[in-house]
Amino acid sequence: MSIRALLTIFVVAMISRPLLAADLQVPANVVAGDDFTITSSNREGGTFYLIGPSQVGKRNAVSGSEINIPGDEIKNSGLYTALLCSGGDCASATFYVKPAAPAKLSLLVHPSRVRVAEPNAITAVALVFDRFHNLVTEPAQVEFQAIPGEGQAISQSRAASNGIAWIRLTSGKKEGPVKVGASVGPAKELRVVRQVASDACNLRIKPEWSSGKFYVSTDPVRDCSGNPVPDGTVISFTKTDRTGKTTVDAPVKRGIARVQMPIDGSARILVASGVVTGNELNVTGKQ
Amino acid sequence: MRFIVSILIGGVTVLLIAIAWIQSGGLVRERMRSSRTPEEATRLLLTKVQSRSWDQAVSLLANASDVDKSAFAHDLGGSNGSLLTYASLEKFDVWPLRAIDRQATVRAKLHYSTAVGPLDDVRDFQVQQAGDAWRVLWPVTKLEKPAPQVMPVNYLRWDVINRGAEDDWGVQNVDSPQVRIVSMNALQRPDRVVILGEIVNEDTIPAYINVGATLLRADGNAMAQENSFDKISHTLLPKQVSPYRIDFPGIQLKDVKSVRMDAKSMLVPASADPVIEVNRQRLETDPLGKKVLRGELLNQSGQIVNIPHVLASYYDGSGKVVWVSDGYVDQELQPQIPVSFAVDLPDDIAPKVQSYHVTVNHYCINHAS
Repeated sequence: MSIRALLTIFVVAMISRPLLAADLQVPANVVAGDDFTITSSNREGGTFYLIGPSQVGKRNAVSGSEINIPGDEIKNSGLYTALLCSGGDCASATFYVKPAAPAKLSLLVHPSRVRVAEPNAITAVALVFDRFHNLVTEPAQVEFQAIPGEGQAISQSRAASNGIAWIRLTSGKKEGPVKVGASVGPAKELRVVRQVASDACNLRIKPEWSSGKFYVSTDPVRDCSGNPVPDGTVISFTKTDRTGKTTVDAPVKRGIARVQMPIDGSARILVASGVVTGNELNVTGKQ
Repeated sequence: MRFIVSILIGGVTVLLIAIAWIQSGGLVRERMRSSRTPEEATRLLLTKVQSRSWDQAVSLLANASDVDKSAFAHDLGGSNGSLLTYASLEKFDVWPLRAIDRQATVRAKLHYSTAVGPLDDVRDFQVQQAGDAWRVLWPVTKLEKPAPQVMPVNYLRWDVINRGAEDDWGVQNVDSPQVRIVSMNALQRPDRVVILGEIVNEDTIPAYINVGATLLRADGNAMAQENSFDKISHTLLPKQVSPYRIDFPGIQLKDVKSVRMDAKSMLVPASADPVIEVNRQRLETDPLGKKVLRGELLNQSGQIVNIPHVLASYYDGSGKVVWVSDGYVDQELQPQIPVSFAVDLPDDIAPKVQSYHVTVNHYCINHAS
């Protein structure tokens, strides 16, 4: 209970010390946004106050036994106090406005990129809200769904506790986008996680001679699951011959990396990508 | 008596004028204007270079008719947005190396003040006597330019669209790239503690990185905090490795209990172009007796790289990084035209070095990466 609510109760208690003989009757179940009626035993009317978590309303209550509260005045869920004052006497009632039915979802999915075949690497957290953006604390079943680019969609249901439901997912073995969604009632949200290739595996280079120039190129660079590493991944070539050492950081283009290197005599060429090393090549320059 | 006073006043005035002339650099200017010795001729030439009077400087050369003025100006004053175009020749030191008959060799150390800090250039000049005067014989070079051609460039470029301010808070943003420090080594240098190592971009997107380090005392309190500044390749493409070096001047390693490393990464737009080849790398001793790593840079792309920045990491026999050095190259990289570079290596580190790896940062006028 917030300090504000405690203060409200205290103020109300002070005001209503000389309680009316009459009292206010509030329905047991009040839902945010729904109209409802407060019944009063006072038939003379007076001034009616409605003190809520984020607003205070004041109006003249006409004589009669019922005070109609429109749904617009109780959009925020939480603790409310109704107060009816007439002459020097006040009557009060405290009641709780519950959130409405789930109508919105906030879905947090992390990370936005994930390596393939990483167990429990994707986390999806859904927060359930009603149409007024009140957190729905009542238990609700949230349906999570993972839709890979190719293959079957997987779905699992989780009960929201205090408005929050979450799930952990293992990334697939094939690179590409996977849609992660959550739904509850009419609310549905979708996020996209990009599954990316892991480190290069079996990195191999081969020599090529073309128009009298020497080139070194890799075989198609793939990870251990067979996914091609994305274009732009840097492959480091290092050549050592009698003129010294030559290094080139070349990005993968259309699946392979290729560089032209001058060769003087026999040369040793090494290849690496990040912390992964590949095969070694010993070549002799054409005279 | 009146005559004596007048002569005395006149003498004192002449003396004061002479002192003022000497004080204002008159002797030095006079020495600069003359070229009666090989050193004087070199100084005279460098004075003209200092004031960027290229016509006058070329006219002072022994082989003025053979020297291309634009090549001469390019060599000493830079062009195409190279580092030398953002530099001024602050001072120079000249000393003779040898002289035989009418030929002499003079060594000059040129101290440039540049946009990225001081830059020293050591050159040996051939000077020859012509009549009473000495003149510098300038090596005849032609300004190399790439042949007119079309160079197709189809490397990747990464653009980034971030979450907008109007989006719901739950809308997913793009994660920062994953980077990892793969090695770290702390060294005690005579006047400082140096933290060095390597960092890799493990992600599939480019990363703008920075490495910071905090030295901690035995009681756990921070002693000093620094970052790698320009001793790192800030933009790393996927799976690219960069060395880093962080200097802590005035700190002793014995006072340090532990080091807290902090690698920060940010997603930035980047391009895989240009690719720069580093050729003919070899460790040598320079004319001043210092160990240097020399090589040649070759720009494989079609655009000019205005300011290349060379970073070299050195490894011992066990593959541990034992030193990281860097240096800015004062000439721009024209497409397909090799440009030599040299970065220094401390003499006490050199015997430990078993291998090395060179990477190149590039700064272009159109975009920096």
